[in-house]
Amino acid sequence: MEWLTTLQAALTDHTVLSADNLARYGEGLVTTVQLVFASLVIGLFLAVPLAIGRSSKRRWISLPIYAYTYVFRGTPLLVQLYLIYYGLPSIDALRDWQYWEYIDRAHVWALVAFTLNTAAYTTEIFRGAIKNTPRGEIEAAKAYGMGYWLRMRRIVLPSAFRRALPAYGNEVIFMLHASAVASIVTIMDLTGAARFIVARTYSAFEPYLWVACIYLCLTFAILYLFRYLEKRLLAHLRPAGE
Amino acid sequence: MTDLMQYGPRLFEGAMLTIAVALLSLLLSLLLGLLTASAKMSRNRLIHGIATLYTTIIRGVPDLVMMFLLFFGAQIGLNMITDLLYELYGWDLYIEINSFVAGVVTIGLIFGAYMGETFRGAFLAVDRGQIEAGRAYGMNHGQVFRRIRFPQMMRHALPGLSNNWMVLLKTTALVSVIGLTDMVRVAEEASKQTDQPFLFLGIVALVYLAIASVSEWGFSRLQERYDTGFVGGED
Amino acid sequence: MTLRKVFTAGLLGTALLASTAQAEVRDIRIGVDVPYEPMEYRTAEGELTGFDIDLGNAMCAEIGIQCEWVVQAWDGIIPGLAARKYDAIMSSMTINDERREHVLFSEPYFTPPSAWFAPTDLDMETPDTASLEGLTIGVQRGTLQDNYVTDLYGDVADVKRYGTADDLVLDMDADRVDIGFLDYPVGKSTLLDSDSGEYKVVGEQITEPKEYFGDGFGIAFRQRDQDLADAFNQALAALKENGTYDEIFNRYFGEE
Repeated sequence: MEWLTTLQAALTDHTVLSADNLARYGEGLVTTVQLVFASLVIGLFLAVPLAIGRSSKRRWISLPIYAYTYVFRGTPLLVQLYLIYYGLPSIDALRDWQYWEYIDRAHVWALVAFTLNTAAYTTEIFRGAIKNTPRGEIEAAKAYGMGYWLRMRRIVLPSAFRRALPAYGNEVIFMLHASAVASIVTIMDLTGAARFIVARTYSAFEPYLWVACIYLCLTFAILYLFRYLEKRLLAHLRPAGE
Repeated sequence: MTDLMQYGPRLFEGAMLTIAVALLSLLLSLLLGLLTASAKMSRNRLIHGIATLYTTIIRGVPDLVMMFLLFFGAQIGLNMITDLLYELYGWDLYIEINSFVAGVVTIGLIFGAYMGETFRGAFLAVDRGQIEAGRAYGMNHGQVFRRIRFPQMMRHALPGLSNNWMVLLKTTALVSVIGLTDMVRVAEEASKQTDQPFLFLGIVALVYLAIASVSEWGFSRLQERYDTGFVGGED
Repeated sequence: MTLRKVFTAGLLGTALLASTAQAEVRDIRIGVDVPYEPMEYRTAEGELTGFDIDLGNAMCAEIGIQCEWVVQAWDGIIPGLAARKYDAIMSSMTINDERREHVLFSEPYFTPPSAWFAPTDLDMETPDTASLEGLTIGVQRGTLQDNYVTDLYGDVADVKRYGTADDLVLDMDADRVDIGFLDYPVGKSTLLDSDSGEYKVVGEQITEPKEYFGDGFGIAFRQRDQDLADAFNQALAALKENGTYDEIFNRYFGEE
């Protein structure tokens, strides 16, 4: 039964969960949450106009947006992050720019990559929701004499947001998980903290196990938040008597 | 251009490796997905519980962390088992998980959970009446599955399958961090050594886009096939 | 390589190996982290090369065994040995007490110092708590340099940790790191002798305290593989005797 004691020792190894390392997990948690939250909020603000443009019948508006979402949804976030983080400094004009040294931070580039990525996915989610607006609602709005923008603002978008809610919840979780690649460009996010602790304590398993638990808790928190929102905002769609 | 010529063959090998990892893990995830879907529809609470635990954990942990966990954890676990066998029976075994296998197994495990959800939804979408009708015609279980359930299930499953495949394809980029020389890793090394990140990483991005486009076309052809005989309702 | 070859190569990797319980030294796999020029790196064609690789191959030939190199990122290299992904590590690993608790080391085969490297325009005489305050220090994650910098300057400076030495060099070229702390031969090869930028060594080369900087580079084995360590120690002595060691040394550090 030697292996059992090995397992037990491995799981309660005090060097992995020392006060220092707990503090690192804590800082990592803050960094991850900040990065993900900021990129989601900015991405959301970008996605709304982009989704409207993407639904437009004018091809010179919708096509470039489609190209953008196609490229960012069709390539790995890791490659996008590499391109931005290692690619941009190879452009001399950018490096000569007077503000370059203020914005040239790993956190900034991770934020840019994450934002562009999530905005692309969110745009397509909203476009789907806009496209699925019941025809009757639009016809009714037209009959009331509403123009394109008024219709968009009062009828199409509010109901599209609600319909997009479940899919957007998945995107939020997806983004949380995708953010783990930030550790590759020196950022001490949750995964970065785990990798640091692995390197410091030489235990390959436990630091990742603990960090996996933290991610699991975050995922559940997001899941419940969206379930609550769906209950509140989609109440009118539930069958009567439920 | 000389840089490109120099790294061309390695990039090609890397692309082949990416495709190999993607296809093998797709295969594994389809198998696991079918298993999970059946387990989740099982009346046995234990089997149901295990399947639920599996999908919950997989969908709650980032793929990168999952990859690190399995790369070392699975090996340590296997070593414990082989040590135990040695202790008990004197069998001296060693099973190695190299980074290729670790990559395929991890991605297969992750997407097995997603495939499971897709298959379950698709199975449930097939009208029970049709299955009963098939039974009434005297078809046995196999025939009902082959002639009625499977073709209709595929119609419902295809959009989900296609979506999972696209995400899986992009996830293969992460195997570069556990030491596999896939095309991302080659491009990364090449761009550092030649100082041309846009060239090499750009090519990799294009290859991903090309594979995605070809698969999209393939899936839409399949969808046409399985949509045969289906008359769309008003929606 | 064709697709089929990739498939078979991968599947063979899961081969069930049944080892015989003989005392003789068998063929082994050696873990290595690349790129770490000039110690271990890949040529443009993808071939592994460098001082460690050439010396390791010569030692294996001397012992009369086949050695296979397995590439593994540095931050997981000791865990990989414990998990038996390979049987030895020969990857510029400095022998120190902390690591001795986890692995068994061979005799040192090379003893280089560490050094601070910075762009020539950095105005600094000796790196210490006062002069490093507020600067960004770059190190490779999990190296003794990382431990040293984190413990001594982690509170006053911003320590950036990289997966490979190459990533660090790239960010030094992009002015994202003020000063880097590296094994001297690696910094010399990748910064001083490269044509990407103007770099200098800041302060003295560092070999103390031993707690961090240990006793030179050694090959690491699992604690119980004393036979293997003995075989490599004998091979090292033989190569030093017959001049092979010097020949390999001059190949990479010729002018020193």
